[in-house]
Amino acid sequence: MSTIIICKFIFPTEMKILVCITHVPDTTSKISFSEHNTKFDESGVQFIIGPYDDYALARAVELKESLGCTVTVLHVGEANSEPTIRKALAIGADDAIRINANPTDSMYVAKQIASVAKNGGYDLILTGRESIDYNSGVVHGIVGSLLDIPSVSPVMQLDIENNTAKLVREIEGGKEHLEMELPLVAGCQEPIAEWKIPNMRGIMTARSKPLQVVEPVDFTPGSETVSYENPPEKGSVKLIDPENAEELIDLLRNEAKVL
Amino acid sequence: MSILVFVECADGSIKKSSREAVSYAAEAGNLLGDHEVIAVVLGKYPEEELESLGSNGASKVILVDDERLNENQIRVYSDILSELVQSQAASLVVMSKSSFSDNVGGRIAGKTGASIVSNVTSLPDVSSGFSVNKSIFTGKAFATVSMSGDKKILLVKRNIVEIKESSDKALIEKRAVPDGCVFSEKITGKSKAEGDVLLDDAEIVVSGGRGLRGPENWGIIEDLARALGAAKGCSKPVSDLEWRPHHEHVGQTGVKVSPNLYIAIGISGAIQHLAGVNSSKVLVAINKDPDAPFFKAADYGIVGDAFEIVPRLTKKVKSL
Repeated sequence: MSTIIICKFIFPTEMKILVCITHVPDTTSKISFSEHNTKFDESGVQFIIGPYDDYALARAVELKESLGCTVTVLHVGEANSEPTIRKALAIGADDAIRINANPTDSMYVAKQIASVAKNGGYDLILTGRESIDYNSGVVHGIVGSLLDIPSVSPVMQLDIENNTAKLVREIEGGKEHLEMELPLVAGCQEPIAEWKIPNMRGIMTARSKPLQVVEPVDFTPGSETVSYENPPEKGSVKLIDPENAEELIDLLRNEAKVL
Repeated sequence: MSILVFVECADGSIKKSSREAVSYAAEAGNLLGDHEVIAVVLGKYPEEELESLGSNGASKVILVDDERLNENQIRVYSDILSELVQSQAASLVVMSKSSFSDNVGGRIAGKTGASIVSNVTSLPDVSSGFSVNKSIFTGKAFATVSMSGDKKILLVKRNIVEIKESSDKALIEKRAVPDGCVFSEKITGKSKAEGDVLLDDAEIVVSGGRGLRGPENWGIIEDLARALGAAKGCSKPVSDLEWRPHHEHVGQTGVKVSPNLYIAIGISGAIQHLAGVNSSKVLVAINKDPDAPFFKAADYGIVGDAFEIVPRLTKKVKSL
């Protein structure tokens, strides 16, 4: 109760967080393609919440516990992603929105997120730093610019004080501490929070939490995947006798020509 | 028409990855025909350094020499570049893929309506339309993507083209920060390893794993990295255990690298680690366990004790 009172004092209207999640193959999945290499082969693949999105969600739930905000999960995808969305609700999000579409590029996903966020009054929009399937890492930036609010990634620490986000972002060779005003889009990565495993109570309550399905806004993507391929098979390793370890350096210079 | 290249600097010099992006743009310009390559540099830097972008294929450098831009300011950078896309009639924007350029590329796409493809691994194929290859599933596969629209943004991976060298110098055209730019990021502190080779700029990476048994043993990694002029990396468990800082974590959920040479020492080679290194040209594994999965991915391997082998390699490199 006291947390709620303090929170109402700091935030005259309760803070709202939107967490955008992806529904992606488990990191150990074997990646293969069907229909003459034009379609990702989903058979036998286990789908999970994107690992970076999972960090974003965990931090959102922590902020909810400490500040009393509401957490909405958003996913752009078809109905088969609903178990992944329910898992996010079990972890602690309050409600969910699924935009019923089969997205084909980053811009399409970002347009859909922006259309929901535009009138949603969210103070904080969290995404993962990138999805682990298409690895583009640009959705947070596109959403920020479509909404004309700041965006930042990859974020390793995030705290909210009054209307300011205090955060740490990773830069090449180190990290940077910064302050940014809300509203804000942040692409998250570890160690922003520890992943949360849903408990039985979470799983039970998730079933009755609202999951709203909305139709996508019309947008024709500017890029389209034509075909896929797996990398060529590696030849076998050339082993060097540890007694003559120095030979490695000669091979790297004269055979591989990388030194 | 023009091709804009967003050029990043580190410690006052142009990053190698950005010189590669300029070279990429020059080759793309040849394929497209009649395109001027314009490099864009944000911040105060020595002019001789910037002129040298001419040798990589830029005819002009647009320099916004405002000291406030020597700090990472995603929103201002993106607004300046978006304005230049319009005023320079750019049909293509090229930048080297990094966790920072992701931010800038994304925002320019949102602002200008350009189509965007990240992790590009080929020059554009312009034989019918415009398509590029990109790495997906963290290097476990590739996709061919066709792009439409009159403006396109490519975030390109390392090692796609050779860095062009010539005696040409680029003209420098100075600009001021446009009115109305909002500096959203208030930077309150920074911690950065000084003098280290940056992972995403490195030609060679030397990485250590749990096989090194503790942070106190990292000297052998550092010595070999220094001798080779290499960047240092580590596996996820090593960064999770805080033996090494997070920015050195190489793998699926860390930094993805594509150097000429990647040397993994005491790293077993979990699928998530391999995903972050498999676009390297040559992979070397050193591990005492002959069954370590890394040996299946490696080009060269030594089965043996890292503590005995690595110092000998360092000595050999120094003797060259």
